[in-house]
Amino acid sequence: MNTAAIDIPHHDDHGPAKGIGRWLFSTNHKDIGTMYLIFSLTMFFIGGLMAMVIRSELAIPGLQFVHPEFFNQMTTMHALIMVFGAIMPAFVGLANWMIPLQIGAPDMALPRMNNWSFWILPVAFGILLSTLFMPGGSPAGGWTMYPPLVLQTGDAFPFLIFSVHLMGLSSIMGAINIIVTVINMRAPDMTLLKMPMFVWTWLITAYLLIAVMPVLAGAVTMLLTDQFFDTSFFLAAGGGDPVMFQHIFWFFGHPEVYIMILPAFGVVSEIIPTFSRKKLFGHDSMVYAASCIAFLSFIVWAHHMFTVGMPLTGQLFFMFATMLIAVPTGVKIFNWVATMWRGAMTFETPMLFSLAFVFLFTIGGFSGLMLAVAPADVQYHDTYFVVAHFHYVLVPGSVFAIMAGAYYWLPKWTGHMYNETLAKVHFWASTIFVNITFFPMHFLGLAGMPRRIPDYSTQFADFNTVASIGAIGFGLSQLLFVWVLLTAKKGAKASDRVWEGAHGLEWTVPSPAPYHTFETPPKARIANEAFE
Amino acid sequence: MLKKNEHRSLVVQLLIMAVAMFGFGFLLVPLYDVFCEITGFGGRTNAVAAVVEEAPDLTREIRVEFVTTVNEYAQFEFAADADSMTVSPGKMYYATFTAKNLAAVQKVAQAVPSVAPVSAAEHFTKIECFCFTSQEFMANEERAMPLQFIVNPDLPDYVDTITLQYTFFDTAPVAANLEN
Repeated sequence: MNTAAIDIPHHDDHGPAKGIGRWLFSTNHKDIGTMYLIFSLTMFFIGGLMAMVIRSELAIPGLQFVHPEFFNQMTTMHALIMVFGAIMPAFVGLANWMIPLQIGAPDMALPRMNNWSFWILPVAFGILLSTLFMPGGSPAGGWTMYPPLVLQTGDAFPFLIFSVHLMGLSSIMGAINIIVTVINMRAPDMTLLKMPMFVWTWLITAYLLIAVMPVLAGAVTMLLTDQFFDTSFFLAAGGGDPVMFQHIFWFFGHPEVYIMILPAFGVVSEIIPTFSRKKLFGHDSMVYAASCIAFLSFIVWAHHMFTVGMPLTGQLFFMFATMLIAVPTGVKIFNWVATMWRGAMTFETPMLFSLAFVFLFTIGGFSGLMLAVAPADVQYHDTYFVVAHFHYVLVPGSVFAIMAGAYYWLPKWTGHMYNETLAKVHFWASTIFVNITFFPMHFLGLAGMPRRIPDYSTQFADFNTVASIGAIGFGLSQLLFVWVLLTAKKGAKASDRVWEGAHGLEWTVPSPAPYHTFETPPKARIANEAFE
Repeated sequence: MLKKNEHRSLVVQLLIMAVAMFGFGFLLVPLYDVFCEITGFGGRTNAVAAVVEEAPDLTREIRVEFVTTVNEYAQFEFAADADSMTVSPGKMYYATFTAKNLAAVQKVAQAVPSVAPVSAAEHFTKIECFCFTSQEFMANEERAMPLQFIVNPDLPDYVDTITLQYTFFDTAPVAANLEN
């Protein structure tokens, strides 16, 4: 394909602004995407440091380094930062960079709102992190913010609520932007079902965000008014019910976990066909499966609450509805494997991360099925088994998909090949250490070790030591990733196509992608060719 | 491709969706109440006096246990005069509870009931209960508080013990109590 003819940067007079202003006032989807990704990486390391505090404390029984109150602040902040600060912004960053390139649009539909939705985030997390230095410390009642415990948070409480409000605002604006871009700005001839999977999964994710982030905002607003304005939404004395918070929170919380995994499915669905040199197997069934998962995510929330008391019929409904999710997820796993079947596979770093994703995410999926069994969940609830489960779906799940996407598109962003050898070392170190960290947690949980405790009974000692060694190894391995990023521009020049088997409009623009792309929509013929 | 302001209608639709979902979060509050009242979910029993006329089923014996808890911010003593009683479905019974205000100032308290198992909640009907309204206590006042109840004969067969639990709250907001 002759790419030069499509999009020569014929508007050099209008490049990026100079200095800090370029970033503060940017409305360019590539700049904003870059800022999201850098922000997310920063938060990944801040949240990671907190994880190091947690694992150091838990390395051997007894209290070593921190006070129990500070330990609780660390678990709470680690979760809030990783969920809202690292994983979600990373996917929004990838969306900002890649969606316009993949659908042949010149930019996001609402560039100024795009600028706002990014710049709200540093403010939100500045507020959240500032609580570490307040009297009474950070929130320590768990990221789920259950009342009445969360109402005992000290001065940090209103700051927690407002930072959650701001994160929600940012996500909703980002989601609106993505939907409008995808619906209104696709290249001619690109029908909805011709869209790349990453665009599809993000479209569905964006609808989920609009549906549930406002519900979370409502729930934390109720906490705020309960604390300061004498309402009693969750206070039994005034006729409220603390259990209701859990229902409202998980009505948000369960779709939220799919918000964190659906774009990961999208990234992996882009990478596996490229390195298998085959078309994605069952593209349309992937779309239907993702939609199914999104729908089911709204009717399974109470499986997080099997132990709070629920009628038998309720337990059965939520148990079976939850298990049903395994069906569309199974379709996706099958399709990825079928894509690789008889493909001419090569194993560059993005592919390695994607393969590890498929394998390790499935382990997390299986422990999820075990947790879905209501009678068995009574034993697993609030143990390290749950910790093992959600870390398997979030770390070798979402985080690996983000890493895979970063390596996959990095040559398109920088115009140079990254250091493949170092990247492979990063991959193998991450994969080995992530398993050393989280696999023993399954055993700890089944043996009855509760989560969110700074000290434990001695029979849990050995597996905890193993997990802590793994965690420190995993943390250090991520420094390699930073090194690969810092040296990304030193490698050989990347071709426009970058990867031999890559298809899609993003590979028809030069590498590095010019500041402005697709100012005129790509011709239908070229767009079609890109999808063949 | 659409011009910039042609995005407007879609943006407006999506904004309406977001605002509606914010409202839906608050709508869940009354919906949850209705759901609990219909199903007895959360051990919810009737909150206002009810009249039940049923033929008593003297062949069945049900043990009703009383559990009392005082919220950590309430300066009260609160206990059932008898820990449990044996009742027949369809017949009316009386029980008394005694509460004492430990503070040297006037207090308003509220008892919040909950019935276990959940499947018994809708069959446990309170005819008269001190928990229907908030209770005013003078400084250091101690008094007995009556409960009049009936267990409906359509209580499922497998239930032979019902636990009625009251938590006694000081109705002054928690925040104010925390400062004291």
